[in-house]
Amino acid sequence: MSATSADAPPPEAPPAAARPAAPPRSHRRGVELSLTVAAVLVSVYGYAEVGLATRGAVPGDAAGYGAGLALLAVLAHLAVRARAPYADPLLLPIAVLLNGFGLVLIYRLDLEPSLGPRAAPTQLVWSTLGITLFVLVVLALDDHRVLARYSYVGMTAALALTAAPIFFPAVNGAKIWIRAGGFSIQPGEFAKVLLAVFFAAYLSANRAALAYTGRQVFGLRRLQLPTGRVLGPVLAIWLLSVGLLVLERDLGTSLLFFGLFVVLLYVATGRTGWVAVGLLLSAAGAVAVGSLEPHVHSRVEDWLHPFASIHAGLGPGQLAQSLFAFGNGAVLGTGLGQGHSALIGFATKSDFILATAGEELGLAGLGALLALYALLVARGMRAGLALRDPFGRLLAVGLATILALQVFVITGGVTDLIPLTGMAMPFLAQGGSSVVTNWIIVALLIRVSDSARRPSPEPQEESP
Amino acid sequence: MIRCIRRCAALGLVLLLALAANAVRVMVVDAGSYAADPANRRIAIARYQHPRGGILVGGSPVTGSQDTGGQLAYARTYRDGPLYAPVTGFASQTYGTSLLEGTEDGLLSGTSSRLASVPLWHEISRDRQRPGDVHTTIDPAAQKAAYAGLAGRRGAVAALDPATGRILALVSSPSYDPALLAGTGPAVTGQWQRLNDDPAQPMLDRAIRQTYPPGSTFKVVTAAAALENGAVGDLAAPTDSPDPYRLPGTTWSLTNEGRGCADASVYDAFRVSCNTVFAKLGADVGVTAMARQAAAFGFNDTALRIPPGVAVSNFDTTMSPDQVALSSIGQFDTTATPLQMAMVAAAVGNGGELMRPYLVDRVTNHGGAVVSRTTPTRLHRAVSEGTAERLQELMEAVVSDGTGTNAAIPGAVVGGKTGTAQHGVGNLGTPYAWFISYAKPPGASRAAVAVAVVVEDAEAARADISGGGIAAPIARAVMRSVLAAPPRP
Repeated sequence: MSATSADAPPPEAPPAAARPAAPPRSHRRGVELSLTVAAVLVSVYGYAEVGLATRGAVPGDAAGYGAGLALLAVLAHLAVRARAPYADPLLLPIAVLLNGFGLVLIYRLDLEPSLGPRAAPTQLVWSTLGITLFVLVVLALDDHRVLARYSYVGMTAALALTAAPIFFPAVNGAKIWIRAGGFSIQPGEFAKVLLAVFFAAYLSANRAALAYTGRQVFGLRRLQLPTGRVLGPVLAIWLLSVGLLVLERDLGTSLLFFGLFVVLLYVATGRTGWVAVGLLLSAAGAVAVGSLEPHVHSRVEDWLHPFASIHAGLGPGQLAQSLFAFGNGAVLGTGLGQGHSALIGFATKSDFILATAGEELGLAGLGALLALYALLVARGMRAGLALRDPFGRLLAVGLATILALQVFVITGGVTDLIPLTGMAMPFLAQGGSSVVTNWIIVALLIRVSDSARRPSPEPQEESP
Repeated sequence: MIRCIRRCAALGLVLLLALAANAVRVMVVDAGSYAADPANRRIAIARYQHPRGGILVGGSPVTGSQDTGGQLAYARTYRDGPLYAPVTGFASQTYGTSLLEGTEDGLLSGTSSRLASVPLWHEISRDRQRPGDVHTTIDPAAQKAAYAGLAGRRGAVAALDPATGRILALVSSPSYDPALLAGTGPAVTGQWQRLNDDPAQPMLDRAIRQTYPPGSTFKVVTAAAALENGAVGDLAAPTDSPDPYRLPGTTWSLTNEGRGCADASVYDAFRVSCNTVFAKLGADVGVTAMARQAAAFGFNDTALRIPPGVAVSNFDTTMSPDQVALSSIGQFDTTATPLQMAMVAAAVGNGGELMRPYLVDRVTNHGGAVVSRTTPTRLHRAVSEGTAERLQELMEAVVSDGTGTNAAIPGAVVGGKTGTAQHGVGNLGTPYAWFISYAKPPGASRAAVAVAVVVEDAEAARADISGGGIAAPIARAVMRSVLAAPPRP
């Protein structure tokens, strides 16, 4: 990313924006603008409602924050209008709504003194940075296929970023943070995008070799095992995931990398054998790690027996508190500012942010949020279907998969569907690296969807 | 490739459905059991988030709430806690509630649907429902007089308005300050432990939750049964009662403390409390009629709520004649709460009509509007009007010229009955001194107050006179305070 961004310094931006890029016939940019404005209004309404519910008055700065968010959103829209006029009109409004609503939830939890210092102002700074990067990516990246050229640079950077926290002290048992000054960064978040680009590039280049080699098992065409030669990279990624887990105790990122790779491998080759191998490997890895790592083992125990600590007389654990919060929300929720999700304690604003949404907005609000994510993922997949170049397809599917896996793993985790793994709910959860990364993901989705929906027959040859 | 992407999208849809189904499980199906889990603090937090409604005595609250600054914001406070503890009970963040704090909890905490002005509106708007106030029937002057009279000795006082059943005083001694149990933490658990370990049982509401052998005060019931069943015609006529009296079917002889009980008239026997006469009278009347009369006064009633539940006062319904004889003088298995004996005196003073006793006059919402009001209802007709008049004659003689002269109030007509009860193995337990009475204001035909006093006192001699010496002055003080008060509007 950094390479491409450097190619397009900001001074280029004004003339680019001023250029009459939008053709006379608008491509649903008006829809995008009105939905974006609606997203801003919903966020401001939520902010005002928190103030009304907790203090009986609309926060004095609601208009100011609303204007700020609106300005950022409109700037993002103008960038899309200028440089990606055919882009999917739903992507930006969904991102704005999720981000704005995340800010509301974090602001609401900031009112609980037991949850430590305020986080919403910092999150707002990161969100601003994220939208700025979104604008820069949309303005600077003319064609997503340029990214394929930098895939190996990106992969090296991704490995470096992922490995960097090993040299920093562990925070809350996981070595996934780099702390510098007042800020802490999770480099693994940025690595997601770089790896998605690398996987898409590697697999689109090697998919023929991967798809048409290997021997059949029991003569079944569908169940062909890959040869040892091409199995290498798969094993390398698997080892990387396990290494992440063991060295950094980061189950979430490890799972995400591996899941992303398996999905892209399957899409690139169309071979169920890969899926089988992937599932076998991950199952083996999960069993081994689950029984060997006490940190992971306890997560599994919590998943199976979320109320065990209560029966042991130790009071409810985080997961039990999370379930209590969701249960208290019932169908319609308690209303913003009226719940007690702060009882979850540590990580209420980050990993467990969805519990606050569930308690205060109920099943209705949670369903709406999940629908927004589903729409975002579906639109990414759809861009992948419409594109004609394999790299773009894999990139779109990869980016959508990153979002989908994160949403599933953390939502399933905090609602006791699957063992809990630390992961950020895209856009909602507190965490600067995550929100910036998600904005870049949406910027790339905007870019690929623009290519996918562009009617004019631009050269879309497959790279050899 | 396209087919694979579609399959991936389909897998995503499956995962989404799994999330949605699981969310329904957590948020709808299992939500109830999560809410009921004691480890889930939400109910407790909501419960103590706002000040609790007040319990009022004589128009002013004896309870309050103060912000503790903790997770459970408001804790209960009590004005004159030990004085009113037998009425209010406690409302503790650690130990729950008791007595009125318990039975009226929905109103005091604001959860009761009775407080809603529009049905179901609270469920829709999710507005916080403001708690209501509970106005008790307690007369603060009577309550204080009773409490001061007991002066820390073990005992209890119950006073009633015979015409309505309003409970005017409900005192138990020694008492405790419920404020000690209001909050959370080691101080509260320490106090709880101390109060429960205290042999004096300060948290026992003796007035309604402890039964005592009523001793000679039960002779009112025996006399009522004899009169109602025609076993006694003329109160002044001599009875055929030997002294000592050998209990039927046994070789055991019952004696009296005083003299002159042989063949004494019912009038004299009641006045000086002859055991022999009333034991024989009870045995003559028989267990069926005795039990029926006791039940008419409220004995053996398991369902009495004022609204806190009242311990059952007992009179056995199947007994041998000697047991009936002993039961008829308030011994053997006969036990009664102080409230029960106050009901006996109240029924006599009220012309034979026993009103249902109650402690809550009305409940108001936060705006002061009446949510519900208790209307006096008749519990039983205990005895006929005529029998009631003759019982009054007996009881008034006790005060004017008998064992209960200490209860006399100049200008008022007072009727009473003394009692002493031994208990424990070989009667070695601390004896109970009893006095039950009613008082009519000057010129009134019906009693304005009925009271029962029991004092557990080592000084109480084996003579009936102890009831008159120890308990009667307390009863007089309570009756005087009620008679002195201006009539209730």
